[in-house]
Amino acid sequence: MSARALTAAQSGLVGCKACGLLSRPAALAFLGYCPRCGARLESRRGHSIEYTWAFIVAAAILYVPANMLPVLTTYTTGSFESDTIIAGVISLYTSGSWPLALIVLIASFMIPLGKLVALTYLLMGVQRGGVRNARERMRLFRLLDITGRWSMLDVFVDTFVVALVRFPPVMSVEPGAGVAFFMAVVVLTMLAAKSFDPRLIWDAAIDG
Amino acid sequence: MNTALETVACPGCDLLQTLPPLPHKAKARCPRCGEILAVHPPDPLERPLALTLAAALVFIVANTAPLMEMSTLGREVSTTIVGGAHQLWVHGEELTALAVAFCAVIAPAAYIAFMLAVLLAVRRARAPRIAGELLRWAILLRPWAMDEVMMLGVLVAIVKLTQLATVIPGMGMYAVGVLVVLLCEIMVTVDPREVWSRADWADGRLPRRVLGSARAAQ
Ligand SMILES: [Zn+2]
Ligand SMILES: [Zn+2]
Repeated sequence: MSARALTAAQSGLVGCKACGLLSRPAALAFLGYCPRCGARLESRRGHSIEYTWAFIVAAAILYVPANMLPVLTTYTTGSFESDTIIAGVISLYTSGSWPLALIVLIASFMIPLGKLVALTYLLMGVQRGGVRNARERMRLFRLLDITGRWSMLDVFVDTFVVALVRFPPVMSVEPGAGVAFFMAVVVLTMLAAKSFDPRLIWDAAIDG
Repeated sequence: MNTALETVACPGCDLLQTLPPLPHKAKARCPRCGEILAVHPPDPLERPLALTLAAALVFIVANTAPLMEMSTLGREVSTTIVGGAHQLWVHGEELTALAVAFCAVIAPAAYIAFMLAVLLAVRRARAPRIAGELLRWAILLRPWAMDEVMMLGVLVAIVKLTQLATVIPGMGMYAVGVLVVLLCEIMVTVDPREVWSRADWADGRLPRRVLGSARAAQ
């Protein structure tokens, strides 16, 4: 393994997560603070694996009510109709705007679910070790980190539908309990991605 | 400007490497994991400052003008961004209302304000330490400023509602569109390393730029 490149951690150095400055801490037991920006120095993000698991599990649990409960209830004179997220996608599709239906489907279903599966896969690789495809895993991590925020799409759609359809008693729309759960899923999966330290993938790699 | 060789640890994989002197518009990528390590935009402080000033003005329009209007049965209803969050709050979805307000108003506002403060502070060769601190906060907040997601959300809402009544996008909607482009441009034109080279160090040392010019004067 002599040709293997050296990491900062192997050389007793730390790259500051805030400003990027490379420094040599006096003691490895307590790394101290970055001399340039004053941020606390960490060789790897503290408790990255535990935090990421916690956020994933919480998001997975809330994912169920987020999709079962209605996000919008439409009241028209004398009747009302409740829609879950998937019902909203279907009604967009049947009204003829299938590209938008597809976008909402991807943002609301594929991205959160894909994030949970992908982060679980990455965490298991980090914990088991012997990772062979670190570059592909890194690409996967970047993809889920960038796309995560788009899941908030449906929350914004519901917000502005509720804010606009205010014609009681003829027609009005109320938000359902599903919106809060769905919002929590999006925020938790974003926090999960932010607390995962990609450097752990490379620490576990055997073909670095 | 940053022609001195600098050794860095890749934030993506921790690999130690020396950054080569970068030509304008070039990026340095980590050979192992592909992370972007450094950028060298041609005008790393003045151009983002102009863009940030523009973004601040557009932000005010985007948040005061109506996003869209719906009219049916001779009645009209319009909403702003904050108005949307407010309606959620009124209907008992306080938590979601706060999240919407944070991602659509507070995070972008703070991002623009912090970047404005940073870019004004580094106009001098030696900037106070707070410039670096605010830059750090701005970078942390950036993923939570979801203007482009909100804009798509408004478009989907308009399509959904056109089945029920006449819905037209308002001035605020166009302003959000411009804001999305400006926020994107700020990100690509600014060079955080240039900011760090001008801000005072936390341990009291002078920034690299000041040391460099002192050495040149000798
Ligand atoms: Zn630092
Ligand atoms: Zn790297």
